[in-house]
Amino acid sequence: MDIDSIKKEFPIFDNKVQNNDLVYLDSANSSQKPRVVIDRIYDFYSKEFSNVGRSVHYLAVAATNLYENTRTSVQRYINAKDKNEIVFTKGATEAINLVANTFGQKYLEEGDEVLLTELEHHSNYVPWHFLRNSKKIKIEFAEINEAGEITIEAIKNKITNKTKIISVTHLSNVTGAILPIKEIVELAHSKNIPVLVDGCQGAPHLKLDMQELDCDFYAISGHKMYGPTGIGVLYAKKKWLDDLPPYQGGGGMINEVKKTGISYGELPNKYEAGTMATAQVIAFNESIKFMEKVGIENIEKHEKELLDYGLDILGKNNSIKIVGNPKNKGGVISFTIEGVHPHDIATILDEDGVAIRAGHHCCQILHEKLKLPATARASFGIYNTKDDIDQLSQSIENCKKIFNI
Amino acid sequence: MDLKELYQEIILDHGKNPRNLRKTENFNKDAKGHNPLCGDNVHIYLKLNENKKVEDISFEGHGCAISMASASIMTDLVKGKEEAEVKEIVNDFLDMIKEKEELQNKILNEDEKTKLMCLSGVKQYPMRVKCATLSWHTLTSAIDDFQKIVNTES
Repeated sequence: MDIDSIKKEFPIFDNKVQNNDLVYLDSANSSQKPRVVIDRIYDFYSKEFSNVGRSVHYLAVAATNLYENTRTSVQRYINAKDKNEIVFTKGATEAINLVANTFGQKYLEEGDEVLLTELEHHSNYVPWHFLRNSKKIKIEFAEINEAGEITIEAIKNKITNKTKIISVTHLSNVTGAILPIKEIVELAHSKNIPVLVDGCQGAPHLKLDMQELDCDFYAISGHKMYGPTGIGVLYAKKKWLDDLPPYQGGGGMINEVKKTGISYGELPNKYEAGTMATAQVIAFNESIKFMEKVGIENIEKHEKELLDYGLDILGKNNSIKIVGNPKNKGGVISFTIEGVHPHDIATILDEDGVAIRAGHHCCQILHEKLKLPATARASFGIYNTKDDIDQLSQSIENCKKIFNI
Repeated sequence: MDLKELYQEIILDHGKNPRNLRKTENFNKDAKGHNPLCGDNVHIYLKLNENKKVEDISFEGHGCAISMASASIMTDLVKGKEEAEVKEIVNDFLDMIKEKEELQNKILNEDEKTKLMCLSGVKQYPMRVKCATLSWHTLTSAIDDFQKIVNTES
């Protein structure tokens, strides 16, 4: 695979950042955008803009078709049975809030349990926390092992006859652990428990097949998949979308509105109230096509090579401690340097154009468990090269020099 | 931007070996501060005597070199000062970090001011300003007996 030519499709790398070439190692936070995605937003607003699903004029019909084309592309990309199982949201956060809110409303009672894991980022904890107050539910956390993984046993240990839904990440944004989703779903379904998968990190890096995973819900973040911000996807089995109540009310999601009552629209409109992020949805189609063109197998292979190389280089450095050692790991390396706080690392690396993230990565539960107030994190995307990791390693040396380590 | 200005020797020294990193016995004022973006925490303990003079000041917490050094230098400089003087120093420091070129107060001597000015390097790093100011805001909160935890994001 020719990474150099793929990288050239991302205009951000044409520019210097503070006089340095950009070494972007923060894709788990948000990925950079290829030109096709950026151009699509510009073109749509310049030549094709109209609101969708309402008016009958030419532009409205054309825009509606473009909008629906993305739904078909997402359906194809994740192998969903029905295109109406794809609901557009403003992000994965809203997708999870949608499920927590509507499922909680209909199915959760006082004393019921929602099972999460210690790896969850705040988007897959806070929406459930709301139900602690409104419904007096309990939240349980499956525990990580020493490697920073969640095993099927860890899930099994926390399932009780009160467990009503399991909501787990596909891939940890801190330890990189890839969870055994298929096994978790099989186990849960054998006890009639539905499963939501937080695919924020899964969707950009792993091959997705909803028929194989068989999960009930899958939340996707568009901006982590080389797509625009403000767009996400909730995949849900049709039986759930038919069964659960609507989430937000407004235009577009209704069938008939009278003073005495309201009936709601059919799928997928039922969950898409108000004017949606039209341009972003349409441009997101280009992200999907971009990923299909590169090939998810190639993306996985490339990121695995980077991961192995990165673990090897950083692993040789005695001052560096890598957080977690999962057997099945995605392209994320979280680390600490003895004697240098992660925020100081990030500032010093930034001076060389190396963009990493430092902090708790929206995973305070996990950092508390690891007894680390913060970590530094390098995460990979399709545009990264071994040179980027060499630069990371070199900048870490500079960091140690400044701190006399 | 220049990393050498941000990470001067004195910052690294105070960051690595913070002074007054302990808990004052019989403190009569205290406050907590938190920076949710970094996860930095600081807890300031203050003992004012009957003349409202700082008899002792200390802190507990964790954070980056900048925040630890800032808390360390701050506690060193305000020890022995009167409450009103402490407030003046705090406000002067915050003004300097925000906009002013120099410190204006007449309380600290030139050596002390030079030491404090070592923290001015953060001005070039807007994302790091909060690291330098967290303990200072927390000290204000302790003096004023605010019950609320100082939070850099609210």
